[in-house]
Amino acid sequence: MNKLKHDTIIIIPAFNEEGSISNVINGCKKNLLQSDILVINDASTDNTSKIVRDLNVKVIDLPFNLGVGTALQTGYKFAADKNYKYIIQLDADGQHNTKFLPDIFDKLEKKEFDFIIGSRFLSGEKYKNHSIRRFWINIFAKFLSLLIKEKLTDPTSGCRAFNQKVLKYCITDSYNFAYPDADFLLTLHKIGVKFYELPIVMENRISGKSQYSGFKPLYYVIKMVLSIIIVMLRTKE
Amino acid sequence: MSERLNILLISIAIFIFVGIITLVVKRRLNEEYSFIWLLIAFIFLILALMPDIALFLANLFGTILPINTFFFLGIILILFLCLYFSLKISTLTNRVKNLTQQVALMKSEMENKS
Repeated sequence: MNKLKHDTIIIIPAFNEEGSISNVINGCKKNLLQSDILVINDASTDNTSKIVRDLNVKVIDLPFNLGVGTALQTGYKFAADKNYKYIIQLDADGQHNTKFLPDIFDKLEKKEFDFIIGSRFLSGEKYKNHSIRRFWINIFAKFLSLLIKEKLTDPTSGCRAFNQKVLKYCITDSYNFAYPDADFLLTLHKIGVKFYELPIVMENRISGKSQYSGFKPLYYVIKMVLSIIIVMLRTKE
Repeated sequence: MSERLNILLISIAIFIFVGIITLVVKRRLNEEYSFIWLLIAFIFLILALMPDIALFLANLFGTILPINTFFFLGIILILFLCLYFSLKISTLTNRVKNLTQQVALMKSEMENKS
């Protein structure tokens, strides 16, 4: 096992994000000094990987596009192998403001909670989101909050942070790599993970295309409802 | 059941049988999967040689024409085949995912060392 520079790793899954990735990385470097950064390049066809390498940041290149869930899990496996204590994940499109990283880290380090979610909707500030998408996220949030008896406002947020207890689960085959969202949180709740939501102000996408466009939201909604029901039916995990 | 349908069934059965065996011999199809197809060919053959079974089944399901019984059973069989393949694909997807991740991680490890 390699020697660690830090206890914390920031994992950034990236697919064709050459326009925004350097901003995200520089933001991480500036705001959270006590962490390593790892970019998982999900077979980008642009210069994402090269840009990251030029910034002297570790990249793991996937040989072909496998989706954000699998890219993230690759990072989790790396983190588990290298024995990182805390894992923070961010979207590569620059919509998560990195100035909240220290807050997230502090919350994790206090060890009160296992899983921190950066919520786009807690801060009160308006985030320009697709209204239909916002509507569905809200429904999920309400539904999920009801199930886990705890208030969550943004279960689909890509800004998350957690400790080794969660990491252990994330590297198993039980991890739903297709859509690691609401059902993922529900499963974590079932194994006794404690959540905390931290308000973060969102930036609008700097460049690139959202993964949820066209007919995908509809498919996503159906898939998510199904996944939640399945998680509820599973007795042991 | 008409003579023509009988001949058709027998020809299809023979066609499947020969085709599947050829594919297995050429190693284009795994033996594991050939079994299911040979079973289908066998069922066709049985139905062609013993049309009474078809009539009996038609009676049982309340279909007037025996050919409809074939369609009905055929569709059910195909559905199960699809489910079986879905299961296989799920397993394979998982394996490919894990392998790909491992390759990517090992490659990055090698990059570190060089």
